[in-house]
Amino acid sequence: MTAVVCRGLRVSYSGVPVLDGVDLEVPAGGWVTVVGPNGAGKSTLLRAVGGLVSASGKVEVLGESVDSLARRVLARRVALVPQEPVIPSGMLALDYVLLGRTAHLGFFEAEKEADIVFATSALEDLDAGPLAGRVVETLSGGERQRVVVARALAQGSPVLLLDEPTTALDIGHQQEMLDLVDRLRAERGLTVLATMHDLTLAGQYADQLVMLDAGQVVAAGSATEVLTNENVGRFYGAQVRVIDDPSGPIVVPVRRGNLA
Amino acid sequence: MHRRQPAGLRWWWVATGVAAVAAASLAGLVMGPASLGVGEVLRELFDGLPLVDVDSGLGVRQKAIIWEIRLPRVVLGLMVGAMLGTAGGAYQGVFRNPLADPYLLGVAAGAGFGATTAIVAGLGDGIGVFDAVPLMAFAGALTAVALTYLVGSAGGRLDPVTSLVLAGVAVASFFTAVQTFVQQRNSETIRQVYFFVLGQLRTAGWNEVLLITPYVVVCLTVILLVRRRMDALGVGDEEAGSLGLDVRRVRLVTVLAASLGTAAVVSVSGLIGFVGIIVPHTIRLLFGSSYRVILPLTVLFGGAFMVAADLVARLALQPAEIPIGVVTAFLGAPFFVLILRSTRGTR
Repeated sequence: MTAVVCRGLRVSYSGVPVLDGVDLEVPAGGWVTVVGPNGAGKSTLLRAVGGLVSASGKVEVLGESVDSLARRVLARRVALVPQEPVIPSGMLALDYVLLGRTAHLGFFEAEKEADIVFATSALEDLDAGPLAGRVVETLSGGERQRVVVARALAQGSPVLLLDEPTTALDIGHQQEMLDLVDRLRAERGLTVLATMHDLTLAGQYADQLVMLDAGQVVAAGSATEVLTNENVGRFYGAQVRVIDDPSGPIVVPVRRGNLA
Repeated sequence: MHRRQPAGLRWWWVATGVAAVAAASLAGLVMGPASLGVGEVLRELFDGLPLVDVDSGLGVRQKAIIWEIRLPRVVLGLMVGAMLGTAGGAYQGVFRNPLADPYLLGVAAGAGFGATTAIVAGLGDGIGVFDAVPLMAFAGALTAVALTYLVGSAGGRLDPVTSLVLAGVAVASFFTAVQTFVQQRNSETIRQVYFFVLGQLRTAGWNEVLLITPYVVVCLTVILLVRRRMDALGVGDEEAGSLGLDVRRVRLVTVLAASLGTAAVVSVSGLIGFVGIIVPHTIRLLFGSSYRVILPLTVLFGGAFMVAADLVARLALQPAEIPIGVVTAFLGAPFFVLILRSTRGTR
């Protein structure tokens, strides 16, 4: 079973193509991470899968076209963790996570006790239970990210889209966040489609990597297949050394001119 | 383990609001040129309840003052204050703009134009059984909002919220220009128009109350029912969409309800400024930023504030009456500064 399918996906902003015929598949329960230089179209790809931009070509989630699904129905299938979430001022973490239940409520309906239980356990699943009564704005970067992921989890959607989930975090919190997501994926059979800048971490956590450049897929496959000296050099314009390690390829930047 | 509860109304907040409404209303009934005792007024009110028979000891004239002059005015004040405050809070929520007020989409300018037209045309005696000024003001307000909506939703490249707000500015300017022109050509009516623009809770019995009750009840109910959605709008249109919220529908329903309710109350109260901005913000500072809390409390405190302001308007310079819009700003502004200062840095 394939959770997410894109075929010939095209998106343009004001006539400029951002995604130009992208093919992508994410197997149910799998983890696919999209990598690529800035402006390659990674975030746009996630937004297209989340039905947030108008796209041509095929985008299917759990066997149904994203276009054909109502907002609420789609939100019960796909939850997005945005790269820079907007944090409403003065909102407590529990209330923030409860926003994740929106798709499960009628237009005039208030959340019920069951929704509060659901949101509370989403926070606890991310080891963020004690943060429930804190104002989200005042949390540290790592705490805030866990609360935002808890909101996505509270949506109860089988597909999780993570846009640069580790960008604002230090190396320890990056690992902690990705371990948490991986554990939840295993426990709940979630499907993860992520974008990441850190190539080493991207390779260590995803089953498959897809490299985008200028809106097109330029490499796809396992981490060792995608993260090569040549690919990173050519598409990122970076000078790196790729070291083979049992945990996956480790991509280390090398100062220009110093590559032995 | 004790589970945390989400943001919501605490019973003592509601109780405080109800107490404020009761205190303001009682003051509004007791105080005035003809002084009445608190006990007598309370007994008279009880006597008015079905199946209750109490002798208040008041004469016929005093009873008439309570039932036909003061009570309708108090009830009107409660409704106008609740509606303007709540509409302001709702606008601030859906447009995510703290300065949005109920007149954002041209309601005030449209109502002003309608009222001016009625006054100038000498329709003061009424159309049928109804007073012409509120009727025309209501029609003008609705026309302005409808026009704003038509122009705003046709706005091409801008995001829909910005184009709606800008369309409101344009429509309001247009109606203000036409209104000023009409007023200049008929300068003998300028005083009457001026009174409408500054706002006044004038009543002749219960007519005004009956006129606006259906609008206020329906509009307040709709706004209160969508208040949870307004919290979700706080994360921005795109994220709210990814949460499964139909952002356009929430905004449309809220704007329609707030504008219709505002148009109705403005038609009988004139243009009372300030309440729509200050009351919801004061409540936000005191009780938290969730619309689940702000909007219901604004219904109570907005009403109480308006009745209190009306009392000052009636009594401060007796027998002359100060326009209530002047009082709301005169009292409200320093109060708000006080709240702003005392809550700074507490959250």
